[in-house]
Amino acid sequence: MSCDENVDCGRRRLLVATAAAGGVAGVAAAVPFVASMLPSERAKSAGAPVEVDISKLAPGQMMTVEWRGKPVWIINRTPEMLASLKKTDDKVADPKSDKQMQPDYAKNETRSIKPEILVAVGICTHLGCSPSEKFKTGAESGVDPDWPGGFLCPCHGSTFDLAGRVYKSKPAPDNLEIPPHMYLGDAKIVIGEDKKA
Amino acid sequence: MSKVNALLKGTLDWVDERFPLTANWKAHLSEYYAPKNFNFWYFFGSLALLVLVIQIVTGIFLVMHFKPDASLNASGVPVAFASVEYIMRDVPWGWLIRYMHSTGASAFFVVVYMHMFRGLLYGSYRKPRELIWIFGMLIFLCLMAEAFFGYLLPWGQMSFWGAQVIVNLFSAIPLIGPDLSIWLRGDFVVGDSTLNRFFSFHVIAVPLVLLGLVAAHILALHEVGSNNPDGVEIKKKKDANGIPLDGIPFHPYYTLKDIVGVIVFLMAFSVIVFFMPEFGGYFLEYNNFFPADPLQTPLHIAPVWYFTPYYSILRAVTYPLFGIDAKFWGVVAMGASTLIIAFLPWLDRSPVKSIRYRGPLFKGFLAAFLVSFFILGYLGVLAPTPARTLVSQICSVIYFGFFLLMPIYSSLDKCQPEPDRVTTK
Repeated sequence: MSCDENVDCGRRRLLVATAAAGGVAGVAAAVPFVASMLPSERAKSAGAPVEVDISKLAPGQMMTVEWRGKPVWIINRTPEMLASLKKTDDKVADPKSDKQMQPDYAKNETRSIKPEILVAVGICTHLGCSPSEKFKTGAESGVDPDWPGGFLCPCHGSTFDLAGRVYKSKPAPDNLEIPPHMYLGDAKIVIGEDKKA
Repeated sequence: MSKVNALLKGTLDWVDERFPLTANWKAHLSEYYAPKNFNFWYFFGSLALLVLVIQIVTGIFLVMHFKPDASLNASGVPVAFASVEYIMRDVPWGWLIRYMHSTGASAFFVVVYMHMFRGLLYGSYRKPRELIWIFGMLIFLCLMAEAFFGYLLPWGQMSFWGAQVIVNLFSAIPLIGPDLSIWLRGDFVVGDSTLNRFFSFHVIAVPLVLLGLVAAHILALHEVGSNNPDGVEIKKKKDANGIPLDGIPFHPYYTLKDIVGVIVFLMAFSVIVFFMPEFGGYFLEYNNFFPADPLQTPLHIAPVWYFTPYYSILRAVTYPLFGIDAKFWGVVAMGASTLIIAFLPWLDRSPVKSIRYRGPLFKGFLAAFLVSFFILGYLGVLAPTPARTLVSQICSVIYFGFFLLMPIYSSLDKCQPEPDRVTTK
């Protein structure tokens, strides 16, 4: 800061110091307001695990349950559906599930603990729409003449195969998230909790 | 009679000694000289002001009955959704006030798009009106924010999933994105806290900013004076009293002209409000008559028509770049498509302002831009297919080409000489 003859440098310095202190106080006063927009303690505690009975889920069927306000799909895949995953291997962006979109125990070919049962968060990794099931294959699906079955996001057209793996060159960057989950017996799944924890 | 006049004059003098009432009346109305050759395109500024008043007045009355509450009522319907139905069915004249507000939202964008296109036609953004243009662009951004926040409030399916998509746009920003979107929502999913804060933004925060910007827009305009269809400065030719030779007082000349515009506008507005308030699903989307369901996205979701061109640009980006996801670049392209309009004053290098004296290059680019804007808008309403994505990619390139190539083609163009004074055809 330069001081010329007409300026009382002592007062000018005091003025700058006061303004700086006032600025710091102003920023500090903004903190509670900005922080008040973060999730409240109540919102943070609303994430309890969900227990699901899948004994009535027939092969080829899918059910949706709510976990942390999000849809979680449970799909009982038929052998044909599982076979289709081999065909989609070279069409999907991350065939080996290298990105951390699943717990380690679901980092395999079927992205699941039991090969036939897929548990996935039904939220598109693009912008959060819930994709719709397109289990019918071929032209009948309305997706593509050689469609092997999977999911289509209605918002921006991302497609996923029956392991929730995203196809190449689609807006969604990642495979569908596999939530932490574990089995309590043959037909009961807990979503939101696993043995590791 | 003269006693009454004397009393009125006395009152006015009393006020003027304490507040610049007469001075402001003169500066902004009775002695604000506007070019005498305004045409059809000059209706839309005052119409935008009219729609702003309609939105504020109807909004005040809607807030008296609306409840921003996402919890379920005794019949299992979200309270916010039920309160909108209550307004429509039980509040006396509630349906009229709400339809005026919902139609007003779309009318606002019609009027503002026409107003902006006028600027494009006649070079109204050129020096010395750059700040008017920038204030105008900020108003446009505020309007988009206002429309977006307001759209969540009825808590229907489109409200919910539209907000879900737009808030998730922020999660595409590297590093801070995911936390930023949680902060915006106030929860891990769009929920009650999101609804409440959007209500607060919609009724207080954004309208306050909007009113301030409208005042700045008009003050800046009245400082430099209005442009006109010939794009020549009327202030260059003044009479002995310093009044522009081609200027006429805004009041009563243009206030009267604008009343004609207001009447025609209100006729069209009333037809929509009374006979087609949903406007075929474009003003009020049919899926929004279902209450929000966080587990089920409607099979086809599309934004309201005024957002669809930018939404198409978002969807058109499907390639990752520099190791960052396509999702992020889509968001960048969408943001850039609205922000780039603000840079027009510096992109345009033409020696003339008005389309009347521009050459074929500018006219060609403008036509291509307009066509691509409409195609993008149309595609944004439809479900994506590979062919449509390709068309939207081509149109996005044209959209950006219009702006980014403007420094080149606008200076190469063969323009006609501007007249000395405005013409009246």
